[in-house]
Amino acid sequence: MIAIVDYGAGNLASVAKAIQHLGAECVVSNDPDVVGHAEKWVIPGVGNFKATAPLGKGKLGTALRDGVSSGQTPLLGICLGLQWMFEGSSEAPELSGLSVFRGRCTGFSDAVKSPHVGWDSVAMIGESRLLTGIPSGAYVYFTHSYRAPLCIDTVATCTYEEPFTAVVERGNLFGVQFHPEKSGDLGMHILENFCAL
Amino acid sequence: MPCETLAKRIIACLDVHGGRVVKGIQFEQIRDAGNPAELAVAHSVAGADEIVLLDITATAESRNTLLDTVRRTARQLFIPFTAGGGIRSLYDAAAVLDCGADKVAMNSAAVADPTLITQVAERYGSQAVVVAIDARQRTPTAWEVNVGGGRKPTGRDAREWAIQAERRGAGEILLTSMDRDGTKAGFDCGLTRAIATSVRIPVIASGGAGEPHHFVEVFHYGAADAALAASVFHFGLKSVKAIKQELRAAGIPVRL
Repeated sequence: MIAIVDYGAGNLASVAKAIQHLGAECVVSNDPDVVGHAEKWVIPGVGNFKATAPLGKGKLGTALRDGVSSGQTPLLGICLGLQWMFEGSSEAPELSGLSVFRGRCTGFSDAVKSPHVGWDSVAMIGESRLLTGIPSGAYVYFTHSYRAPLCIDTVATCTYEEPFTAVVERGNLFGVQFHPEKSGDLGMHILENFCAL
Repeated sequence: MPCETLAKRIIACLDVHGGRVVKGIQFEQIRDAGNPAELAVAHSVAGADEIVLLDITATAESRNTLLDTVRRTARQLFIPFTAGGGIRSLYDAAAVLDCGADKVAMNSAAVADPTLITQVAERYGSQAVVVAIDARQRTPTAWEVNVGGGRKPTGRDAREWAIQAERRGAGEILLTSMDRDGTKAGFDCGLTRAIATSVRIPVIASGGAGEPHHFVEVFHYGAADAALAASVFHFGLKSVKAIKQELRAAGIPVRL
């Protein structure tokens, strides 16, 4: 069972729908017990970094941190979920992220249109289980105003204004800045790779 | 060029009436063009980057039919999906998004009460809010916002409205030229450029698509981020792929 962690940041139905379409079982929940007992976690989310506050608090926060430190529960952060896995964001400087990846998220400057919306190509720069079978240069769907910097665990980049982390991966921790559930066949392939871990 | 890899989007628009896709009214013979869910998937397979579904009936009675159509369409679609037509309140917008649309398009109601944009953006995020603007040319450099399906002039300047919509929390502008709509004479690049260079959010050009080179023009000269067409994609008149190949040949980044 895959738990899609519901922390009140946006519509999670499309992620659930995509995972179910692949034949995997999933539940959308914010219950620490349900989340704690799931085999895998997906943390989606759109909107302001402030919205990630519940992920660091209370029993839910403890369940997530315990699972992450055990290394046994594969975790996929999507969009805001990926940003939360970094140390923080200039969008809500008072909050800390999960801090499993190094660096802080920042907004795009006035030099480019923001949000970065649409299909953009990602360049593979490292070995990745999540991206197995995905060609470098593949187009995936983004919609975000903040982005994570490149870090040692970045496995794919996208360039908009400057290169940022499109996919990050270390052990059982995975993050994608784009929306695999909205990226057609390639996105479904990425979700399938996660389900098959 | 800081953003040369971001693809220009080709968006297929499905006009629905009573749960069926209908061919644009500008055509000679009005024809039923099919099942929305099936057509949306067919467009996705053919390479469309996004689907927009607009309820052209847009009455209170058609609301439940629309929601059912949105639900059926979203179930099978794994690319971005916008729905709209007759959205009058936060409640209407929420219903469409809760039925599986990724974005909701709002037009007349947003003009009547711009705080509606903010309400939806605060609840679902700006990325879920598309403000649709129907504009008609008034002077060589000014366009007027029309509402009520483009029939009612408002006296408002389209550029100023777009800027306000962005400030209120819109994530994208869907800009339709009333002068070009249905003509197949090409997009209004002047209008598109005027709006696209005035806001930081993406602008989707609509109205007038007839030939692949029209798409090249609206990206080159109109500074559009995306282009939408309805009738050109139905009945296989022009395949999305053919349009994208022409765009690529013209040096415009596309997802092929």
